[in-house]
Amino acid sequence: MDAPASEERLEQLREKAWQEGVVPGRGVDVVGGPIPRKPGYYGEPVVKPPVWTWEIPLYFFFGGIAGMSAVIALAAVLFHHVDVARAAMWLAAIAGAIVSPILLIMDLGRPHLFLNMLRVFKHRSAMSMGAWILTAFGACAVPGLIALELHAHQIFPGTLDQLLSFAAGIFILGAAIFGTLLATYTGVLIGATAIPAWFLHRTLLPIHFGTAGLGSAAAVLELVGHRIAALNFLGFYAAAVETVLLIWLSVDKHGAADRAIHEHASGWLIRIGEVLNGPLAFVLRLLGLVPFAAISFLIGALVSRIGWIAVGKVSGSDPESVFAAERS
Amino acid sequence: MIGEGTHSTNQRKHSYVQNRVEVGFFTDPSVCIGCKACEVACKEWNEVPDDGFTWTGNSYDNTGHLGASTWRHVMFLEQDRQKGNQIAGTMSLGDGEDPFRWVFLSDVCKHCEEAGCLEACPTGSIVRTETGTVFVQNDVCNGCGYCVVSCPFGVIDRRPSPLPDAGGAFKCTFCYDRQKSGLVPACAKVCPTESIVFGRLDDLRAQGQQRVHQLREAGYTDAQLYDPTDTSVRGIHAFFLLLGEPEAYGLPPKPQVPTIYLKSAWTAAFATAIASIIAALMAFAFSS
Repeated sequence: MDAPASEERLEQLREKAWQEGVVPGRGVDVVGGPIPRKPGYYGEPVVKPPVWTWEIPLYFFFGGIAGMSAVIALAAVLFHHVDVARAAMWLAAIAGAIVSPILLIMDLGRPHLFLNMLRVFKHRSAMSMGAWILTAFGACAVPGLIALELHAHQIFPGTLDQLLSFAAGIFILGAAIFGTLLATYTGVLIGATAIPAWFLHRTLLPIHFGTAGLGSAAAVLELVGHRIAALNFLGFYAAAVETVLLIWLSVDKHGAADRAIHEHASGWLIRIGEVLNGPLAFVLRLLGLVPFAAISFLIGALVSRIGWIAVGKVSGSDPESVFAAERS
Repeated sequence: MIGEGTHSTNQRKHSYVQNRVEVGFFTDPSVCIGCKACEVACKEWNEVPDDGFTWTGNSYDNTGHLGASTWRHVMFLEQDRQKGNQIAGTMSLGDGEDPFRWVFLSDVCKHCEEAGCLEACPTGSIVRTETGTVFVQNDVCNGCGYCVVSCPFGVIDRRPSPLPDAGGAFKCTFCYDRQKSGLVPACAKVCPTESIVFGRLDDLRAQGQQRVHQLREAGYTDAQLYDPTDTSVRGIHAFFLLLGEPEAYGLPPKPQVPTIYLKSAWTAAFATAIASIIAALMAFAFSS
């Protein structure tokens, strides 16, 4: 934008200073200069941007996979796809009971106090609900996996095995129920905040996070070798829903209030993520390129999670987004 | 004593904690002289660490904003308006045709009636005290950071390393320790012009109304109270008199407590949960 250094440029600057009383540019923002200035207090943020780092989008990603894997496991068990159910429960237990808690604890400012999360139960705090959902999920997924494996390998004879199979069913049902909440509550978590670009899309976020979790779980299972029609169907379903969400997001615009979704690097992350796990994954699946569709969906699901946290940082640092959201 | 009016409550002992009386701060920029004694007193009394000495160049404000290590923040506004009906002298920057005013306001945690941080806190670290103020129990906070994005005023923040007590969330304590001993919060105690007044909330609200009326009569046509009682925040315990619009002070014009968004977000979450289970069941049912 700036012209190269030259005498003409200096003349131009002098003219602009004379006409407008101020010459902004090159990061120079003369505070003592003429007023009025932009609305707000020297561009200081009105709300605070999230302090969360890389662990949180990764947690959203793995938590989504874990939760929805348990749902797939439940359906697989009910329709006698024991191999798929076992793989899905392994995925649920590893991603949900090991990876997710580690990521969450790492993100705390004081990791050694992580157990304080279970001091209280507050239904009005999505963070508190999330801690309990993750705990309940782990408490169902791990015994569910153990019971399922013992049953599948026929370790115990007769009645004990029947008991194990019953226990596996109950725990997998529990894991599936808490799993759907684990995959979706993260959307509520960031949707019910003071960050304009987040709370303006609080209905879209749980749908997006949950569906991305379902598609990602199916994609991982396909990539480890379970190429069955049921998972392909779920891949189509998730990609179709994500395509609809992409359209929703591009129609449901709120101007300056949610411009972090449409502008800046954060906007590009959202767009790239949504294209990869929406239309691109769908088309690749139509062409029969299932592994490519699965990889595209997974990358998209991860990128869009990173994108949504980036959106929060941009939107939270932008005073005009808060003013715009509250004035409308 | 300097600045002690006949009706001053700032220098008196009290027993509001014992009597469970709702207290508040009334901060009035029309008498603030921008001395920053409140900032200094707050930091000294509460042993808040220094978080760097940055030159912002924003008028005389080099504090920037409230945060984990800044619990009082004196703002310096430069506006192209006249201050009341004051007549600018020949030595002044502004005159009738080219008005200019310098406004100071000491910002602080608002101690909301419906506090976003308190609702969001998953550890129960943030509590409501006997005097209706919002208090963070430092030894309970595990630094999850959810209060940070839940405060509609951008007050509370997580303290970064390597500062003392890093990792926890911090904000104004309303000098709860001092209040328990019948003392006035440090910032109000030191304010030389009583721009910061500490006292019973109901008294202060009346005093605020009266002050707005008085200023309007004196030609400050844009004087107003900032106390969002008509939004979901339902009023704040530390309220302000403003000259001009809240936006100019970096204050949200219509702050909302984020819990009002829970219903629609959870509805979408439950709908997605059910849809996902149905999709998975259908996928396996039709392909078996």
